[in-house]
Amino acid sequence: MNPSLVIAGKRLDSRLLVGTGKFGSLSLMKETLEASGTRLVTVALRRADLNGKREVNILDYLDASRYLIMPNTSGARTAEEAVRLARLAVTMGLEKWVKLEIHPDPRYLLPDPVETLKAAEMLVKENFTVLPYINADPVLAKRLQEVGCATVMPLGSPIGSNRGLETRAQLAIIIEQATVPVVIDAGLGAPSHAAEAMEMGADAVLINTALAVASDPVRMAHAFRKAVEAGREAYEIGLPSRHTRAIATSPLTGFLE
Amino acid sequence: MAFSNYFCSETWRESEVHRRFKELLLPKTPQELENLAQQARQLTWQNFGKTMRLFAPLYLSNECVNACEYCGFSRDNESIVRVTLSPEQVETEARYLVNEGFRSLLLVAGEHPKFVSQSYLRECLDRLHVFVPSLSLEIGPMETADYLSLVKAGAEGLVVYQETYDREIYAELHTAGPKKDFDWRLNCAERAYEAGFKRLGIGALFGLADWRVEALALAAHVDYLLKHCWKSFLTVSLPRLRPAAGEFAPLTRLDDRDLPQLICALRLTFPQIGLVLSTREPQRLRDGLIPLGITHMSAGSHTEPGGYTGAGQEKAHHTVRGKAMPVIASEGEHKPATEQFAIADARSPKEVAQRLQEMGYDPVWKDWDQRLN
Repeated sequence: MNPSLVIAGKRLDSRLLVGTGKFGSLSLMKETLEASGTRLVTVALRRADLNGKREVNILDYLDASRYLIMPNTSGARTAEEAVRLARLAVTMGLEKWVKLEIHPDPRYLLPDPVETLKAAEMLVKENFTVLPYINADPVLAKRLQEVGCATVMPLGSPIGSNRGLETRAQLAIIIEQATVPVVIDAGLGAPSHAAEAMEMGADAVLINTALAVASDPVRMAHAFRKAVEAGREAYEIGLPSRHTRAIATSPLTGFLE
Repeated sequence: MAFSNYFCSETWRESEVHRRFKELLLPKTPQELENLAQQARQLTWQNFGKTMRLFAPLYLSNECVNACEYCGFSRDNESIVRVTLSPEQVETEARYLVNEGFRSLLLVAGEHPKFVSQSYLRECLDRLHVFVPSLSLEIGPMETADYLSLVKAGAEGLVVYQETYDREIYAELHTAGPKKDFDWRLNCAERAYEAGFKRLGIGALFGLADWRVEALALAAHVDYLLKHCWKSFLTVSLPRLRPAAGEFAPLTRLDDRDLPQLICALRLTFPQIGLVLSTREPQRLRDGLIPLGITHMSAGSHTEPGGYTGAGQEKAHHTVRGKAMPVIASEGEHKPATEQFAIADARSPKEVAQRLQEMGYDPVWKDWDQRLN
């Protein structure tokens, strides 16, 4: 029943991953993470001091025994910048896991497929566990799996847009073809979006903006937690197939029996 | 097509962005303005979260070869006290600001090929970039090749305000010096982008032309840069004229009630750009404007070289027709350099950060590290 999510051999008993940006305060972030039940959180490295220190250290607010803390490379515009950020994480004492995100466009923060593939290859060679953030491109997803990425993280819609699964048809192909867990990342603005992703067969979802800017982030985290669980349970049971027309309860061919 | 050509062609007045922005600038009832503010806040939260990036200006020099009617540093203001900090003194000021918490500094200087030369700027950047994660420049416009060497030396952002997009008013106010060339300044952001600056800042100085007309041209510039300079993060500033040496009286007004509307209009039209608010505005107004779309704030600012630590005072002088003249002061006393304009919010960086926290915003001192590039 309800098998857990396993990424690169690590068992996680929540399918809700949470980003730590955009919160009004670190204490609010901490409470929100607790309410979400998450076991894996991502942290932006660009705000860390290069000597590994920060006046108010976000890591002080994250219990490493409770969460797998995964640095992300947000802010990187090229493969080289992303690789440097990932190496920095190691010097800060974090695990060799990295959420790879490379977005040269600071407006929509859409991921650069060319640089992402390049960086993924470099990081896998350096024994990082790589979770790349990508557009919902099934071929790119396969290429990243081939170079050894631990998951693929296609977007539902642009970061922070709250528009849900606008890439649904492509996501379905990625999920169908996946040999690694598929995490739907970005654009999920409502618990129903998260439930929909899980019902489709996504292995997990990653949420940040929808929690961080909610009027009550803690309760919203709880709402997402329930939605992810409900969506996953429905997927495991198997949703009934959909029809475009009514199916008569008294079949027209009953006279043949 | 460079922006100056596009701007001249007037085709921007036919764009959808122009139409929508113009509508947002029409006079609004208090209820309509409140509705705009609610939407602007939501969009800002969505794109930037409940965070505020903090930075400080660091003035290198107040020497200037331009004659600009409204500016305290104008070469015609012969009575002001002028100073150009040595790179060592710039470092002293920067270390003070880092100690105050800042990790993002804006280096500001008047336009002067001799005092604020390429090699001088490179030397300042070389000294600073090893301990300041993000350095931006607000200096006289340059050629792409010159910008390139500053990017290589560690500069991340470039800020150039057009002052006014009205060609005629511009010509009346800029009577001498290289700044007279309207188009050269107008295309500055694109040259900076070609050179690889990661952040571009533009703006208009409000108080020169009619604010709505000014804002429409500024929005056309934003729209153009977002399309053509797509890899750079764009910020917009909306400085209003402040009292300064020369006693220039504003020609027009952007009222306290209109400034919020302008901020909301920009936010609703361009949800992902940065909007900068300086200490030109008083505390009460600044606090009120924070939720409407502001993403970057300065705090505890000084607008004169050496303003934070008193560095460079021994070199204080007047510049009269290009020649340095001694400052008459009592014996053993140094006169500080003259500020570019008077600031209105005198709170310390810590006080501003604390106020942000009270308002539910996380003050962000550092957002990127240029050394990772």
